[in-house]
Amino acid sequence: MERDQRSPRAKIRAFRLNGRAREILVADSRLLIDTLRETLGLTGTKHGCDGGECGACTVLIDGRPRLACLTRTEECEGHDVETIEGFAEQGRMSRLQRAFHERLGTQCGYCTPGMILAAEGLLRRDPAPDAAAIRAALAGNLCRCTGYVKIIEAVADAARGVP
Amino acid sequence: MEILPRFDVLRPASLAAAIEARRRCAASRFIAGGTDLMVNLRHGLGAPETLIDLRHIAELRLLSKENGGITIGAAVTLAELAANPAIGCDYPAIAAAARAVGAPAHREAATLGGNLCLDTRCLFYNRSAWWREANGFCLKHQGETCHVAPTGKRCHAAYSGDLAPALLVYDATIEIAGRAGTRRIPLADLYAEDGAAHLRLAPDEVLVRIHLPAAPWPAAYAKARARGAIDFPQAGVAVALRAEAGWITGLRVAFTGTNARPFLLAGVAALENTRIDAAWRDRLTKLVQKQVSPMRTTLLAAQYRRRVASALAQRLAAALAGMGAENHGSV
Repeated sequence: MERDQRSPRAKIRAFRLNGRAREILVADSRLLIDTLRETLGLTGTKHGCDGGECGACTVLIDGRPRLACLTRTEECEGHDVETIEGFAEQGRMSRLQRAFHERLGTQCGYCTPGMILAAEGLLRRDPAPDAAAIRAALAGNLCRCTGYVKIIEAVADAARGVP
Repeated sequence: MEILPRFDVLRPASLAAAIEARRRCAASRFIAGGTDLMVNLRHGLGAPETLIDLRHIAELRLLSKENGGITIGAAVTLAELAANPAIGCDYPAIAAAARAVGAPAHREAATLGGNLCLDTRCLFYNRSAWWREANGFCLKHQGETCHVAPTGKRCHAAYSGDLAPALLVYDATIEIAGRAGTRRIPLADLYAEDGAAHLRLAPDEVLVRIHLPAAPWPAAYAKARARGAIDFPQAGVAVALRAEAGWITGLRVAFTGTNARPFLLAGVAALENTRIDAAWRDRLTKLVQKQVSPMRTTLLAAQYRRRVASALAQRLAAALAGMGAENHGSV
C-alpha cells in the first residue's frame, strides 16, 4: 500500500488501476492527477492547464473519460481507473497508439496520452464513429502541434482496424 | 504541489443526512461533479473544511417519466441527460443544452443540479488568487469594488449555465429540500439578479429534482461562445414556440450568459397570435435588447453579446416556426 501524503485526514481508498487492485492512504483533498504522477510515478497523465480546459490529464473511470485535474482520488474508490500506462501490453502498442504512430498523430507528444484516452472512451461507446463524432469526442483536448487533422485520421484508422 | 485547501469529503446516503451534515459544519459546501467548484477552489475562491458529495443519494440520481412529464434528479449527469432517449425526443432543447456544456469528460462528471446552481462568472473573479489580490479583489469575493461597474452597488458576474434557459422554456419547476421540509417553486424563482448572491437557496437547502410538465412545445437551444470546442456561453438562448400554420400561438424565450441570472423574456404575449415577419423580428429584437444586460465580464464586447442574444433568439424562433434560417438578416 502506498502512502500518499502524511495527513491525519488520510484514509485508505481501494480502487482498480489499469486492471490491478490498489490501496492507497490518501487525503480527501488529494487530486487524482497528483496521486497518479507523484505517489504512483505514473507520469503519462499530463498536467496541462490544471483547470479542465486542455484535456491533457484525461483518464478513463469505469471506461468513461474524466479529467484527473478535477477529480479527487477519493472519488475513484471502488471504481476502475485507466491511464495511458495500461495501454501497451508486453511491449505491444494498442490500436490507438499504433494508429497515432503510423499516422503521425503525435508531434511533441504532450497531448497524446489525453487524446488517446479520450479517443478510447469514444471507441468503446461507438466502435465506428464518423469524423464529426471523433471531433466531438476530442473537443476538450488541446493540441498545439498537429492541427488535429492527423489525430482525427489516426482515430478513424484505429476504429477501422487499419494496421 | 498542493494548491487545494485541505478538506474532508462526506458521502451522505440520504437527503436528511446531507442537510444535517451541512448544518453541523458551517465551513462546508455541497458538491456533485465538481467541474466548476474544484477549479474555483484551486483558485482560492473559498476554503471549505468539508465537502458534502451529493451523488451518493440514490433519489438524486433518478430520471423517470410520470404523468406524461419527466422528473430528473439533481445528480443526474449531463452525459446521461444528453443520451437519454426520452429527453432527446420530447425535450430536445435540454439535450442540446447538455451537449453544449464542456467536453465529454466534463459531462461525465457534471450534474444537472450543479449546472443549475453554477457560480456566476467574471473576468475579475475566475482568476488565480494572486491575480485577484494584485487587483484589490472584487465585490463578489473579499473585495469592495466591482471592477466591471465601479460606481455600482452590486456584482455583475454573469450566470453561465447552459441548462437553465432550456428548462425555463419548458416551464420547469424544482423541488428543494431543507431542514423545514421540501418546497416546490418555478425554476425562475431560484434566481436573483445579483452576481454575488444569485441563488435563492438557504445554506442548508439542496436542489433535489426538476419536474418538466407534459406536452412540451417545440423548443431549441443555441449559444455563442469564444472557443467553439468547449466554452461557457457569451450568450445562450432557448426558445419554445407553438405555431399553427405559421401562426404563433405560444412563445417563451430564455437567456443565459447575459445577466447575473438566467431569465424568461417578459412581454412575449405581445408577440403571440401573429405571424413571424420582419416587423415581428424587430419587436423581438427590441424586447431582447431591453432585457439582456451583458456587462464587461468576458473578453468579448458587451454590445456583441447583446446583439448575438437577439440574433440567436430570432433564428431559433424562425427555425421552430418552420421558416428556415435563410429568411433572416445577418447580424
